[in-house]
Amino acid sequence: MPKKKIEIKDLELIFGKGEDRKRAIKMLHDGKSNDYIREHTSSAVGVRKVDIDIYEGEMFVIVGLSGSGKSSLIRCLNRINTPTNGEVLIDGENILDYSREELRDMRRHKVSMVFQHFGLFDHRNVISNVAYGLEVQGVDKEEREKLAMESVKAVGLEGWEHHKIEQLSGGMKQRVGLARALTNEPEIMLMDEPYSALDPLIRRDMQKELLGLEDYIDKTIVFITHDMNEAFKLGDRIALMKDGVIVQIGEPSDYFENPANDYVEEFIADVDKGQVLKAKQLMREPAYVAKENDRRTTTRDALEKHEKSFCYVIDDNDVLLGYVTLDDLNESRKQTIESLVKEEPKALYRQLFLKEIYPLMEKGTTDVAIVDSKNRLHGVISYDDVIQALSI
Amino acid sequence: MIQLLGGLLGRFGMAMHIAASWIVENLIEYPEELVFEVKVFFDAIIDWLIANLGGFFDVIAYVIRNIFLISKDVLLFVPWWLYVIGLFFLGWKLYHWKMGILLAAMLAAIGMFGLWTEMIYTLTIVVISVIVSILIAIPMGIWMAKSKSLEVTLKPILDMMQTLPSFVYLLPAIMLFEPGSVPAVFATTIYAVPPLIRLTYLGISNVDTEVIEAGKAFGSTPWQMLRKVELPQALSTIMTGVNQTTMMAMAMVVIASMIGAQGIGYKVLFAIQNLEVGAGFQAGFAIVFLAIILDRILQGLTATSEEEETANA
Repeated sequence: MPKKKIEIKDLELIFGKGEDRKRAIKMLHDGKSNDYIREHTSSAVGVRKVDIDIYEGEMFVIVGLSGSGKSSLIRCLNRINTPTNGEVLIDGENILDYSREELRDMRRHKVSMVFQHFGLFDHRNVISNVAYGLEVQGVDKEEREKLAMESVKAVGLEGWEHHKIEQLSGGMKQRVGLARALTNEPEIMLMDEPYSALDPLIRRDMQKELLGLEDYIDKTIVFITHDMNEAFKLGDRIALMKDGVIVQIGEPSDYFENPANDYVEEFIADVDKGQVLKAKQLMREPAYVAKENDRRTTTRDALEKHEKSFCYVIDDNDVLLGYVTLDDLNESRKQTIESLVKEEPKALYRQLFLKEIYPLMEKGTTDVAIVDSKNRLHGVISYDDVIQALSI
Repeated sequence: MIQLLGGLLGRFGMAMHIAASWIVENLIEYPEELVFEVKVFFDAIIDWLIANLGGFFDVIAYVIRNIFLISKDVLLFVPWWLYVIGLFFLGWKLYHWKMGILLAAMLAAIGMFGLWTEMIYTLTIVVISVIVSILIAIPMGIWMAKSKSLEVTLKPILDMMQTLPSFVYLLPAIMLFEPGSVPAVFATTIYAVPPLIRLTYLGISNVDTEVIEAGKAFGSTPWQMLRKVELPQALSTIMTGVNQTTMMAMAMVVIASMIGAQGIGYKVLFAIQNLEVGAGFQAGFAIVFLAIILDRILQGLTATSEEEETANA
């Protein structure tokens, strides 16, 4: 199990002031509904009792309709909203106990944010928007622009760095927002409906790019959306929120296999599984994987033990080199398996959707390798796995 | 019969008249007993100020008078043609050569009216008042945007300051300071400061929420927020305020001539007192020209400063 990066414990957030808010808190603890509290006080419930663990390197999506409290919740993770009760632990530290300086330090180095309407500083040009996070840290101009330029390149805006914000299209503006969030090299990125304001075609491109970017940056991403298709496309795990509480939490396939209630079923009714489920969500751990300089006999014995006719071979960095077959291992007299490795032409990119991969596969139960954009082996999948997932 | 009727009517009329005048005196007109004059309070406040803070006002008067005298001498030392040529190039740079010629011609016209020295006096008072207004209003406006309680207290005071007839400011000014340039600067500043406070407040509090959140989310200190996010975002609104304040100061400086401020306003006053229609219009147009020149320069500077801000920041 990977390390817990963010732990949200019993989190409550009520917008309001003084005595009125205290009354609202009491009503909340007495189990009164959000509507009841809104009618009887001038306070409003943002989040009521949320518990979530988010793991290192995962893309965690919070989905819900407007007013479900998802935007209020994500703003508790960098304390733009201060929760009323509960804890938010990042790397085990409760950020609600942070002093102003510690909080500022966390925002500068650890957690960055992308906004729905971009939140760009339109009195600055592209590069100085992207460099803003470094500027407030006191990094000198030459250094910060050099680093900012790398982010500008990463989001594909090279050549636009000296343009004004008003000269950019919506999609480009959000790229600036993304680049600005990448420049600080944060461990956690909070993305509040970043693509909701974009038109559908641009949105699809941006989603693809984000998935591609994920291979190069090992960040924990918390992503907010109201669009279930987007949630399933992007999320490793998804939390569905309604009226300030979590209705269901799990991997995309969990939602199709065990929807928690009617509300969830209704929510996922229009979702096309083939277009949202990805290879990486369906892949399995391979039964056995060999390293390039493993001894031939060790590999042969392992394959016989697992009753497999072949296995994949990787190097020290997990990069897929190819496969070896049991037949070759039996015939050869070599010490190591290195020279027996055959190239694998069919390895599948892990961000591909099921609709995209199943025409590429041969029928049967043969495992096919799933790799990332650096050709590192992540898992295996078979044709039968895909068909089974689509038919549920 | 008719006589009798006439007599009756006459008596009736008399009675009606008495009743009516009783009603007017007792029910319609404001009763004398309920008159309560607040003027004594204001008198008392001014008297108290003079008695207790006289020294403080003397220091202010001394500082303002010397700033005025030095600035005026400096402005008068520059030869007139340098102003005209300078203004031409400024107009050219900020707009186009036609604007340069227009502004330079207006300035030269003031000289042709024989009002050059008066124009420099007026300009000096306006410039000093605007600078003092900026020093007061921008921090005030920012503070007002940050503090709910200050906002609630200051808003009605600003409303009052803007509706109070401008002449009223002349009286305390002349009580606290001796007639001359000092009460003129004082009254002009008080009259000109509210729009800049208001627009600074408006500019700062209208900055987009997500932009503020972005500033916070990247770890800005409150000072960095103000300096790098809020003030630049509010700049165009604040510059509108500076422009308004300058125009208000121009209007007030004419009225301030009544308390001994020299300048073009004094020429207008003189023309009224002597019923010299031509001289009055001549001075009037000089004020209009000066106002147009200041307005165009400020608007041009606002536009270019915004462009540079985007290009360099």
